[in-house]
Amino acid sequence: MKLKLRIWRQASTNAQGSMVEYRLDGVSEDMSFLEMLDMLNEQLTEKNEEPVAFDHDCREGICGMCSLVINGVAHGPEVTTTCQLHMRSFSDGATIDIEPWQAGPFPVIKDLVVDRTALDRIIQAGGFISSNTGSAPDAHATPAPKREADTAFDNATCIGCGACVAACPNSSAMLFTSAKISHLALLPQGQPERYRRVKSMIAAHDEEGFGNCTNIGECAAVCPKGIPLESISRLNRDLMKAMFKGDGK
Amino acid sequence: MTDVALNYYTLGEDIADKKAPQVAIDKVWETRKFQARLVNPANRRKLSVIIVGTGLAGGAAAATLGEAGYNVLNFCYQDSPRRAHSIAAQGGINAAKNYRNDNDSTYRLFYDTVKGGDYRARETNVYRLAEVSANIIDQCVAQGVPFAREYGGLLDTRSFGGVQVQRTFYARGQTGQQLLIGAYQQLERQVAAGTVKMYPRHEMVELIVVDGRARGIVTRDMINGKVETWTADAVVLATGGYGNVFFLSTNAMGCNVTASWRAHRKGAYFGNPCYTQIHPTCIPVHGDQQSKLTLMSESLRNDGRIWVPKKAEDCAKDPRQIPEEDRDYYLERIYPSFGNLVPRDIASRQAKNMCDEGRGVGPAISEQQADGTVAQVRRGVYLDFSDAINRMGQKAVEAKYGNLFDMYQRITGENPYEVPMRIYPAVHYTMGGLWVDYDLMSSITGMFVCGEANFSDHGANRLGASALMQGLADGYFVLPNTINDYLADAPFEKLDESHPAVVEAKQSAQARIDKLMSIQGSRSVDSFHKELGHIMWEYCGMERTEEGLQKAIGLIRELREEFWRDVRVTGKAEDFNQALEKAGRVADFMELGELMCIDALHRRESCGGHFRAESQTEEGEALRHDDEFLYVAAWEWAGEGAKPVLHREDLNYKAIELKQRSYK
Repeated sequence: MKLKLRIWRQASTNAQGSMVEYRLDGVSEDMSFLEMLDMLNEQLTEKNEEPVAFDHDCREGICGMCSLVINGVAHGPEVTTTCQLHMRSFSDGATIDIEPWQAGPFPVIKDLVVDRTALDRIIQAGGFISSNTGSAPDAHATPAPKREADTAFDNATCIGCGACVAACPNSSAMLFTSAKISHLALLPQGQPERYRRVKSMIAAHDEEGFGNCTNIGECAAVCPKGIPLESISRLNRDLMKAMFKGDGK
Repeated sequence: MTDVALNYYTLGEDIADKKAPQVAIDKVWETRKFQARLVNPANRRKLSVIIVGTGLAGGAAAATLGEAGYNVLNFCYQDSPRRAHSIAAQGGINAAKNYRNDNDSTYRLFYDTVKGGDYRARETNVYRLAEVSANIIDQCVAQGVPFAREYGGLLDTRSFGGVQVQRTFYARGQTGQQLLIGAYQQLERQVAAGTVKMYPRHEMVELIVVDGRARGIVTRDMINGKVETWTADAVVLATGGYGNVFFLSTNAMGCNVTASWRAHRKGAYFGNPCYTQIHPTCIPVHGDQQSKLTLMSESLRNDGRIWVPKKAEDCAKDPRQIPEEDRDYYLERIYPSFGNLVPRDIASRQAKNMCDEGRGVGPAISEQQADGTVAQVRRGVYLDFSDAINRMGQKAVEAKYGNLFDMYQRITGENPYEVPMRIYPAVHYTMGGLWVDYDLMSSITGMFVCGEANFSDHGANRLGASALMQGLADGYFVLPNTINDYLADAPFEKLDESHPAVVEAKQSAQARIDKLMSIQGSRSVDSFHKELGHIMWEYCGMERTEEGLQKAIGLIRELREEFWRDVRVTGKAEDFNQALEKAGRVADFMELGELMCIDALHRRESCGGHFRAESQTEEGEALRHDDEFLYVAAWEWAGEGAKPVLHREDLNYKAIELKQRSYK
């Protein structure tokens, strides 16, 4: 396959960036998208040019580190992570635009690499169950109904990649936040902190500069783990109830 | 047989673990916990601990020590602690809960693990692992880890390779992810509480040792390239395994040995470096641009049947056209009692044997043979679910393995519900690692090593679902109950930036970076890494020979020399520079690769994942030599270009009788 790539190059956070064009030949359709970029980088190194910086790690679609907007869509044309996207999804001679996540709370570090630590700070605000090591009762002490446990699991599969934010016209991280709220609110162990958690996490979400949700649904459309919009509804229901309770921020 | 390996190493004094009390095996941990000195809660606030790594071991340790009240500084190279590679573990976590009423017990888990490790692990450590396994499940459930449940609301379990009970707890095919997110949440809770300070995108590039004590680390800030020093009362490495020395492995792209290797060069012994695990169920290699291999959980072997055609001429056919009588379900044939669930080392080696015999499937690839000729070999075997689909229905198979099937389809473009999957072994885990005593302290006082980074619990082969168990055992329950014995003597002398040992460490790290930047040669870092990986896979992979290993050592030395003369690192040092990051890691892999080959050469026996062609039974199974090699090989760095020094730790089996391993 022959490709024309247009890639966002930006030297550092405060530098001016621009789209730069590259041509790549001999790409096989069995290669993953990131292997295609590896190939480009090898060729740039050969020419003594600086390779394109991009985030990636596990390349198995689970760590959440990869993050590219490909032809205008977060993670590209298939609903999966960029690392699991393969070149067979593109046709020979295609032009491919590659950009970083774009959102105020995700400043660009270099080229396609952005800072997503804002998501960690949302978790710090309450995305956990307070249970010190050693204090746990027997695992079978509290049965959890399978249906709720399965839905909790579905939400717990969020990989924190930030595609939902990149896709949202409001740069909202509500899908990310609601996945954690749902995961913990659906388990018996998550009940004691349930309402305090939702208030604190939403406060942190807003403080970081993420926008609000206006039910557009772009987030769920690109989520590689299929977190549904319904999770945001659950978050809103819990938030409403929490407003009448005293605890939390 | 003379030991040619003696040309490559020197023999030092024997060593032994001095921390495990000499009591009955089931009393060792209880006794040690009671004997270990304590640090009272008010004093913990005055003490600091550096933890490198945020996976199951590092993340759990940081959270737990933070809860206990220590000041924890936690580092990782990823952009968030939640990305550590523990996240990619799929299948499950073992625990001796006996919820199935199938005769499981702490002793049985201990026994299975020692046997699975081919009798090359330290008994006391393994028993403790089995002992705390049940607490891990309790802890994780309390944190909200959504394990698979049955309709009654209780936890489901399944079975894994090398055992005959169902003791593996799981969360669909994403158990590692769920356990890691559990530990990550606890970690972030401590970050919010101010007990843990988190430093993502920081890579450890040197260890600071003062008067024989580990007192800190040097890091490179991966955003701006700044080299910084950090000091504390103790240092914990939880930096994972070194499988990426093979270039192609199931490890994440960033996994590396640098933290461990830097510590090794400062005096930490490296235990059993040649013990690597080749996992049997990975997606075969597709071409020479491949950057990594993808594993599919071993749990697939519960319901999938592994086979190759009986006749070599059938290998290119559509597998669905090959009638039942022309298929060789070789694991069921050779190992009737364990069948497709034999341990990983055996399943991997048999797959290789089938392909070597010319009965492999999938595309034929050119391969250089030992005699120098090039042959076309098919590297793959079938993993077939058609029986399972007939028995349970496609829906049930989907519910159990859906995400793995989807992953396979995405990568290969083939539908595994219709065509049998093709699998082939790939490097997956390293049982070897830094040597530690029962307290998890390395041979450097004050430096502890947890999780895959240490050598301790799996002997020469790890059983499935035991890596998650060990990572969390070390992080939640072992280290937090042993490090106190060391910290009882702290706080130690305050160190500032100008202390000679701190200055020396920082300067040597900086000098190494400057050197890498200054070479400006002609070859990319990746091209060196690929070549090193090829040497390792060829000569120090699934089958090792005396001749091959010696050849490999020569090739690695040449390659290393070329690397330091001709590597090209683009960009600037004081910048976000991924080429520089990789260069530092590959430089350390080059030294480690040589040590692995020396270790493999000196161990003239087969055990677990280490298969020496010269040492096999008549049926081609691994043949141990307990009379000569019943020890841990702990290697000491003797300096650049000097022969490493071997220290042997004898393994004493008191609770378990040594046997030749059999799964027939």
